[in-house]
Amino acid sequence: MTAVPDPKPDPTTVTPTTLTPASASTLKVLFRLAPYVRPVRWPLFGATATTMLAMVCGLVIPLVIQRILDGPVATGKLSELPLLIGIVVALGVLEAAAFFARRRMVARPTTKIEARMRADLYRHLQRLPISFHDQWQSGQLLSRAVSDLSTLRRFFAFAVIFLVVNSLTLVLGLVVLFFLAPLLGLIVTCASLPLIMVSTLFESKYRVVSRLAQDQEGDLATTVEESVLGIRVLKAFGRGPELLRKFSVQARQLRGTQLRKIHILAILWAVIIALPEIGIGVQLLVGGLAIAHGTMTLGTLVAAVTVATYLRWPTDSIGWLLSETNQAASACERYWEVMDAPVTILDPETPKSLPADGTGHLRLENVRFSYSGGPGTEVLRGIDLDVRPGETVALVGATGSGKTTLTMLVARLADVTSGSITVDGVDVRDLTLADLRTAVATAFEEPVLFSASVRENVALGAPEATEADVRSALRVAKADGFVEELPWGLDTRIGEQGLSLSGGQRQRLALARAVVGRPAVLVLDDPLSALDVHTEAEVERALRTVLHGVTALVVAHRPSTVQLADRVALMSGGRITAVGKHHELLADNPEYRNLLSTLGDREPSEELA
Amino acid sequence: MSTEAEPKKLDIPDPEEAWRGVAAEDLDELTAAIGLKLQARSRRLLRSLLSPHRRAVLVALVMVIGENVAGLFGPVLIAAALDTGVPAVLHGRSGPLIWCAVGYLGCGVVSALLRYGFLRLSGRIGQDILLDLRRRIFGHAQGLSLSFHESYTSGKIVSRLTSDMDSIDALLDQGLDGLLSAGFTVLGIGIVMLWLDWSLGLIVLVGLVPLLWVTRWFYRRSQHAYRETRGAIAKIIVQFVETMNGMRAVQAFRREPRNESIMGTLNTSFQEANRQALTVVATFTSTVRMVGNISLALVLAIGAIRVAHGGLEIGVLAAFTLYLRRFYDPLDDLAMFANSYTAASAALEKISGVLEEVPVVPEPANPVPVVEPRGEIRFADVEFRYGPETPVVLPTFDLRIPAGQTVALVGETGAGKSTVAKLVARLYDPSSGAVELDGVDLRRISDLDLREAVAMVTQENFLFSGSVADNIALGRPGATRDEIRAAAEAVGADVFINALPEGYDTDVRKRGGRLSAGQRQMVAFTRALLADPAVLVLDEATSSLDVPTERAVQEALETVLTDRTALIIAHRLSTVLIADRVLVVDGGRIVEDGSPADLVANTGRFADLHAEWLESLA
Repeated sequence: MTAVPDPKPDPTTVTPTTLTPASASTLKVLFRLAPYVRPVRWPLFGATATTMLAMVCGLVIPLVIQRILDGPVATGKLSELPLLIGIVVALGVLEAAAFFARRRMVARPTTKIEARMRADLYRHLQRLPISFHDQWQSGQLLSRAVSDLSTLRRFFAFAVIFLVVNSLTLVLGLVVLFFLAPLLGLIVTCASLPLIMVSTLFESKYRVVSRLAQDQEGDLATTVEESVLGIRVLKAFGRGPELLRKFSVQARQLRGTQLRKIHILAILWAVIIALPEIGIGVQLLVGGLAIAHGTMTLGTLVAAVTVATYLRWPTDSIGWLLSETNQAASACERYWEVMDAPVTILDPETPKSLPADGTGHLRLENVRFSYSGGPGTEVLRGIDLDVRPGETVALVGATGSGKTTLTMLVARLADVTSGSITVDGVDVRDLTLADLRTAVATAFEEPVLFSASVRENVALGAPEATEADVRSALRVAKADGFVEELPWGLDTRIGEQGLSLSGGQRQRLALARAVVGRPAVLVLDDPLSALDVHTEAEVERALRTVLHGVTALVVAHRPSTVQLADRVALMSGGRITAVGKHHELLADNPEYRNLLSTLGDREPSEELA
Repeated sequence: MSTEAEPKKLDIPDPEEAWRGVAAEDLDELTAAIGLKLQARSRRLLRSLLSPHRRAVLVALVMVIGENVAGLFGPVLIAAALDTGVPAVLHGRSGPLIWCAVGYLGCGVVSALLRYGFLRLSGRIGQDILLDLRRRIFGHAQGLSLSFHESYTSGKIVSRLTSDMDSIDALLDQGLDGLLSAGFTVLGIGIVMLWLDWSLGLIVLVGLVPLLWVTRWFYRRSQHAYRETRGAIAKIIVQFVETMNGMRAVQAFRREPRNESIMGTLNTSFQEANRQALTVVATFTSTVRMVGNISLALVLAIGAIRVAHGGLEIGVLAAFTLYLRRFYDPLDDLAMFANSYTAASAALEKISGVLEEVPVVPEPANPVPVVEPRGEIRFADVEFRYGPETPVVLPTFDLRIPAGQTVALVGETGAGKSTVAKLVARLYDPSSGAVELDGVDLRRISDLDLREAVAMVTQENFLFSGSVADNIALGRPGATRDEIRAAAEAVGADVFINALPEGYDTDVRKRGGRLSAGQRQMVAFTRALLADPAVLVLDEATSSLDVPTERAVQEALETVLTDRTALIIAHRLSTVLIADRVLVVDGGRIVEDGSPADLVANTGRFADLHAEWLESLA
């Protein structure tokens, strides 16, 4: 199987976990989860109750043992024994059943919370504008969708329940102990309080170091990735040994951090073992003396020691549970950070529809655009362009002239800052996104393929596309030949998790995808630019048929692409500075000539002569 | 890839999954099941990893045994306190009771300290092994030839060094500790209980029989459940990442609703897998608890009767009730160990596979030093094929490129131009014959010398994270900033570098994401130039530049190439025309050889190409 990227919390948005547990802000953050928790509150209550039941059974068993030891065993009257043993069996079975019930009860609601939150996050992310996605790395979003949500699931499945139950058990256990023998109760209390404090402190320390280790693991993974992806460069320059040194340094750092982590854990373990044992040892001494003085029964001491043993986990887990809570709060914060991002590109309130006899007339009027909204940072500064029905217009310009930005505006992957774009006379912002994106198909420089069948990749968002539509789109894009030769034809999985295709094949599939919905307007960001030179020609042939009879705006870098267009618009500094036919511009416009003429100022034939 | 694979019959089990399509991995995934048994090569690897730590492992083992023994004494001491300590106090001697209590305290402290020591020591051993293993894999992968990297995808190497490491780490971290503690606890408590009272002890041990059977069930089911959840979350991750990375296409082609329903299905199956995993755990832990509680009741019933009849000390019964709580719980750990062991042994198996790969382009044992190479390249009776079974790519040929000559290779895709270039850079070795630099077989030159003499720029222009300057300096580590600037100026890369927010110190971000393809290529060019090699190989190195930049690079090249040997592969003829000599390659053979002007004047292929090109410009 291909490697699945490991969800790693990203270091850039680490919310500092405060040492004060369950602070007001922590609770406030967690309260935002109420809408997700409310539908499953009853099963969660039920799970808490059964957990409590199990704990109580566990606590009561030592008390019954006390009765057995002090009663039938001490006195020799065995008539009471069957009843008491029966109670132990009943409690034992009940405890086990409650154990089972808790896990069963908790399974559905917590996985449901996780699934619903993930679905909501995914839906929201799909609606957020491209400008949002350009700022966020997919790894950061992934860590929210996977590791943060599983932190929250664990929080609801364990931490919430046990925080309640263990605190109650601890209190209840101490009450039982005080009830059995106040002195023994006092001793256990004295051993428990420092245990809670120490474990809380070390759990927080452990978290911080764990985080560091995770970051370092991430860095290490980056180095590994680069070492493999850049293997040709490394080999060509013989720089492997240096990268190995860098890797070794990073791996050593990671080892150091892991050792620190282990050290903290070792101390925590030592304390968790030693403190309760000291408590029990003191209990034994004090209790033994008390029995000798006749102020305590043997059964009481055994029961007290058993209860004290039983209280170990509820006591030492509190520190861990509090830090889980903090962890959950920061996972929650990270989740809302994305969910609170506004969806800026929306359907209009009263959408219009495109004229039924529309021909695909694309007009740009005084279109301005800036990413930040400020006038000084404008990328597009008043674009006027009229693409007549069925016409292909090529956009040519130097890097950074705003061509790619312009292609984003037509299908509203970004909205114009001012001015307007119309399709058949209707402003694109007055159409529903679904209608608009059906009418306008956009293809990008880098053809993105998903890990799915060829059919799925071509049909993509057009559920209405039939097999025949897909096949004819493939034919138009001259992709039918190689698709036919794939091992499973249209059903062959491609993309990262499937068969890898050449750049030219990928680009032709992207073109097929663009034409499958029979759009009125095609917007293509140079389909040839990311291609290696060998496959340029095959895509060019495909492009020729794709552009036939469709209104199209094509960003172009190469003279051969430009020649497919009816007219050329030259972009410079966010404006269109010239429009005309290729030959005219080549003859009249020095800037255009500089951009597109491979001959430059000299004639090769002269030189060769 | 697998073009020769026979088209297999479609067999998609789930119509909901049809969109995913079919891939070859799905069909043979099941055959690759890995058993519990370690293969010979994994065992070898494990031995070599452990051998430096033999003594430490022994000490750690002693510590963990000591810890468990100290822990075992607790209930025995409580029994002693009750059975001899308390009666002694009644007779006025408090000594035995105090000794028991102090002994109990001592055991607690000693077992805590030994646990601390064991965790630190075993942690250090584990981390040292991981460090060792990481460096071995990384170094080995770097040393392996390009042909290995071409067949073994980058993702696989990355998972060898990440997720496989995590599996081994998990085993070392929790699994081993769990196994040792569980093993010693069960063994120790079992022995102590039998020693205290063999008949009661036997009852407790009988309880183990059904539990071992349940544990085996749990081990199988949990492995299955674990695989299911891992598989389900992996699918979610793929779907999520691909959606985010392809967001432009998703939105432009209205894929959101379709994606949502796909994600919904994936979410549900993950939810279901998780629920089942939790149920398996629930069944197991509650069964263990149930058996424990019932044997407790049994021990109490029989023990009480026997104490009442005077056949058993009351303290022994008390000790039994205390031991029982601890006796069955470690079974959880045992099952966990089995799981992490399976994962780790599979990881080790894959890792040992990588480590046993032999580089096909090995470093010479006794290299011939190359000092100030002139740059003469000679192919002497060179034949090339990728493997003994595969067809010949380059049939036997001879070629001499005098020092300082600029040679352009022209030909169709697949004609063998790039292979010639790769042979010069020794990314591959010829299958027969020899490639020589200044009369020395490349196979006898140390990697260091060879890389100083020959530099190659390809169409792929990978950048490493770090600054622009760092990436250029890769060509010659230790180059000063002025030298880096000079190299950038020579190819005209300085213009865009200076325009970056922090100039040469600008971080290029992951894989050079901040720069355009053309800019990355300019950096790669500068890097090669900084290396100042005697031989420069350019394989389609200018293809992703836009027209004005390419023109600038070409002008720069003419001065840069004057005093060095150069091998240029270019698609565009304008680049080819700056060469001193053109070789037209077809089907692995050199079919035309001459100066550009001569070839154009003739009637060969190059003349045709040239004519076509002129036409296209018109």
